[in-house]
Amino acid sequence: MTAAVAVTTTWYLLLAAMLFVIGVVGVMVRRNPLILFMCIELMLNAVNLTFVALARRMGDIGGQSTVFFVMVVAAAEVVVGLGIIVAILRRKPGATTDDLSELKG
Amino acid sequence: MELFVFVVAAAMVLGGAVGVILRSHPVHAALSLVLTLFGVAVLFVAQEANFLAAVQVIVYSGAIVVLFLFVIMLLGVDKVEDLKIEPFKIQRPAAVAVGAGLLSLISLAILVSRDATPPTVVPSDAVQAALDGSHDSNIRAIARDVFGDHVLAFELTSVLLVIAVVATVLLARKPRKGEKT
Repeated sequence: MTAAVAVTTTWYLLLAAMLFVIGVVGVMVRRNPLILFMCIELMLNAVNLTFVALARRMGDIGGQSTVFFVMVVAAAEVVVGLGIIVAILRRKPGATTDDLSELKG
Repeated sequence: MELFVFVVAAAMVLGGAVGVILRSHPVHAALSLVLTLFGVAVLFVAQEANFLAAVQVIVYSGAIVVLFLFVIMLLGVDKVEDLKIEPFKIQRPAAVAVGAGLLSLISLAILVSRDATPPTVVPSDAVQAALDGSHDSNIRAIARDVFGDHVLAFELTSVLLVIAVVATVLLARKPRKGEKT
């Protein structure tokens, strides 16, 4: 094992970029609204990873407190989003995003 | 050692993320999401963000994924989704192409700016304490930052959470008889 290879911030940033792109592709490809929400969570986590990596690189704790706020807002977003999904799917069971292309219920 | 942790956690993160977008069963996708979130928590620990790793496990893996699973089972949508259906023929290749383009753009930006930011000149409390080897100081530094500089934002998030809870109750309840929704 090569102990000389150091894990730098760039590695974390590239990993976060990959995670973000997987989330983006998931949002564009999948049709189940719940899976779309999970992909949005993936993107938020990628951004959190970027924040933490740069907070460490800069030696600034502000990045970590930003991640804290992102987590709180993500929790609120999931609660409201799942409420909307429950309301929609109760009206149209088994609906995919294609069935939801118009606002008229 | 750090390399080993990084490689394992990165494999968890990417494997879970690919699982989320490729598994056709929503419950399997949610469990893959747990794998990704744990991997991110491991990476947080590897970067001395101990408090955030704990919050990540408790809030994301604990609360949010459980909420997802609860909704999946409440609605009974735990059916296998047919991934063969493709409303627009070009959608998936186009999505993969856009993803590849986005990834190469972001990677290019990261690699170009790799040496642009100056390295740490003055380590802050958390970094310094992590170097000194004390473990509770990460929480202390975050607390000083959140309740010092960002105390207004912190109070506003509590307002946001209350609004979100009230809105969800309003959305999810069944309307009474004769009441317009």
